[in-house]
Order: sequence, then structure tokens, then C-alpha cells
Amino acid sequence: MQACSILADNIACRRGDRVLFRGLSLDMRSGQALHISGANGIGKSSLMRILAGLLKPASGTVSHKGAIGLLDENPAIDPQARLADGLKFWAQIDNCGNPAGPELALDIGDLLDVPFRYLSTGQRKRAAFARLLNQNAAIWLLDEPLNGLDTDAQAKIGALIKLHCGGGGICIAASHQPIDLPEAQMIALEDFAV
Amino acid sequence: MMWRLLKRDLSILMPGGSRSGGRGGAILPLLFFLAVAMLYPFAVGPDAPLLAKTGGGVIWVAALLAAILPLDRLIAPDLELGIFDQLALRGISEESVVAIRMLAHWLSFAPLLLIAAVPASALLGLEYDTTKLVMLGLLAGTPGLAAIGVMIAALTAGLRGGAALSGLLLIPLAVPILIFGAGSLALGDPSGIALCGAISLLLVAITPFAGGAALRSVREN
Repeated sequence: MQACSILADNIACRRGDRVLFRGLSLDMRSGQALHISGANGIGKSSLMRILAGLLKPASGTVSHKGAIGLLDENPAIDPQARLADGLKFWAQIDNCGNPAGPELALDIGDLLDVPFRYLSTGQRKRAAFARLLNQNAAIWLLDEPLNGLDTDAQAKIGALIKLHCGGGGICIAASHQPIDLPEAQMIALEDFAV
Repeated sequence: MMWRLLKRDLSILMPGGSRSGGRGGAILPLLFFLAVAMLYPFAVGPDAPLLAKTGGGVIWVAALLAAILPLDRLIAPDLELGIFDQLALRGISEESVVAIRMLAHWLSFAPLLLIAAVPASALLGLEYDTTKLVMLGLLAGTPGLAAIGVMIAALTAGLRGGAALSGLLLIPLAVPILIFGAGSLALGDPSGIALCGAISLLLVAITPFAGGAALRSVREN
């Protein structure tokens, strides 16, 4: 994986009339991981969307080098379609050469024929993770990646993040839960709250 | 990549598409169109000359209403699913997403509508020449209707109660198409259809940009 980076300079986030946080800067390079913690409603998801370039910061700038993969509460897989078809659509958009691997790694190989809407919360999360793996993006932005997952799956996700960062990728995870990332930097969003 | 998007859009919007199931029957607009054509003679009575005179206009109004029916399935569900977010991350512009959605929407209702216009014309007892004008007019006008539909669906996608609002918004915008498309029936010559086609083309050209801007503003706010 080629060198990637994501830079945020002095960003502030406003939702409606409220400023959620301001003065946040970060500089992430290849192989680094970051855990953003904070209570509900403090702006973790908004920060992830700002970093992904989907939301404009109220002030400050964001720049990145390398493709961004976002995992948030929307799996972005058609509820009516079979899981296999839903994943295949994104694998084709992403020109993924070997789309079969991630499904097996996440234990959803048996569910491929099941329409997505019948899957449980945890199974949907695994499916969304398979979509992310197929994307082969250098920068992972994970918004509450462990929500709804059992301990076994949580351990698998932790291992996948380690593998990703070990291979030169960046992982930024926002979660109110602790994530097992020994090397990770920490940002508590409370420190930037207004 | 564009082909993949079109294929997915068609599987959502086409009758019998693999992803169309829970999003409301995609065949409904067509049945609705035929039902209107069937009910109209019951409402005005069995006066054959009157039916033949007004039948073309009824087909146009039925086509307009049929084009409104799938509006709430066009954009809003994908917005909720986060599909547009993921496409934006991959650097696929909103404009091309909307343009493809517009093409898929047209393909999903217009060809079937044109076919259904034949039995509808027969039900209303239209002359061959009138039927020909109706068909030509619908061919020229339906791309415009599809464009307005996608534009309105994108504009109202982020709103609560957008479905009812979008039907209301579509009707005034469709007036020019109706005036020139259905107006050619009163004149009995196809000159109005050229203008109808011109308006359609204009709408088709504007919609990707208007709809794309609408999607971006929903996302960034």
C-alpha cells in the first residue's frame, strides 16, 4: 500500500446553532491508528463525516492522500438484495479482484443467499466490514465499529485493524467503547468541546 | 462503473427487478394508468364522439399521474441507506449519479407507458391519427417528466413528508410539457410536439446539475 496521510487543521463542527467542538487538529501517517472517544452527542460521527469529506467543517481544513473507506451506521447495502448481490455491487464499483475473502474472514459466508433485511444488527455490521475490506481503501474511518458485535467478532475486527495498520494503512475509530488497539493514539473529544 | 450503477438503479425501479420487492410494486404506475383510461368512459358516459375528442388529453393526464407515483422511491431510500455517501467517497459525482437515476427512471416507466397507451387509446375509441399524435407526444414528453421527477425527488429527499410535497411540486413544472404535448392534439398537427421535445431536452440537461446540487446540500447540512 502506498503512503497515505490524513490531516485536519483546527477544525470546528457546528450542528444547527450549536458548536460541538473546535480547535481540533490531527496529523495521521501510514501505519498509525487513532481512537476518538467521547460521550453520545459530542460530535464523533460528525467528526468522522468531516474527515471523510462528506460534511463541511464550520472552520478549518481537512486534506488526505489515499482512498477513504467509511464504516458508519448505514451499511449502504440494499435491504431487498441477497447479501452476496449487495456486496458484489460495491466490489464491482471498487474493482475488487477477490471479493470472496472478507466474507469468510468475518463468518458471513453462510449468509450470502439471505436477503440483507433478514440479517441481525451484528451480521449487518460484519457485512459492512466486508464491504470496507473489499474497497481496499488506505484510510479507514470507523464510526462505532464494535456496536452490536459479539466478543468473537470484536476480536476479529481488532485483528483486522492491526493487520490494516501493519500494512501501512491508517485507521481512525470513533467509539464510546474501549477498542483493543495497543499502539493507537487517543483523542478525547471532550477536550475540544465548547 | 456507470453501467453498474444503471444496472442497480434498474433492478430497483423496473417492474420485477431483483431489488424492487419491498419498495412498492414498480408495476403499479402502469396499472394505475390503464385504470384511469378504463374509468374515464364510465365517468363521462358512453358518448363516443366526446370520448374520441377528449381521450387524448385523458391519456396525457394519466401519464403525468403515473409518473408521479414512483417519486418517493427514486432518491430518498438510497439517501437513508447511505448509498450516496459511499458513492461520494469513491469520487463519483452526484451529477452522474442523478443522470443515471434519471435514465433508469425513464426506462422503468416510459416504454411500458407507450405500450399501454395503445390499449388505452382503443378503450377511449381514439382515431388512428390521434393515437399517433399521443404516442409521439408521449415519446417527446416522458423524458421531461422523468427529469422533473428525479429533480423534485432529489430536492425533497431530505424533507419529512417529502412524498406528498413532491407530487404537488411536479404538477406546475409539468405544465409546459402538457400544454405543448397535449396541445398538439387540439390542433391536430405535430408542431407542438417539437416544442414539447425541446422542453424535455432542456429539463434533461438541467436535472443532473440541479439534482446533484440538491444531494450535496442534503449531505453537507
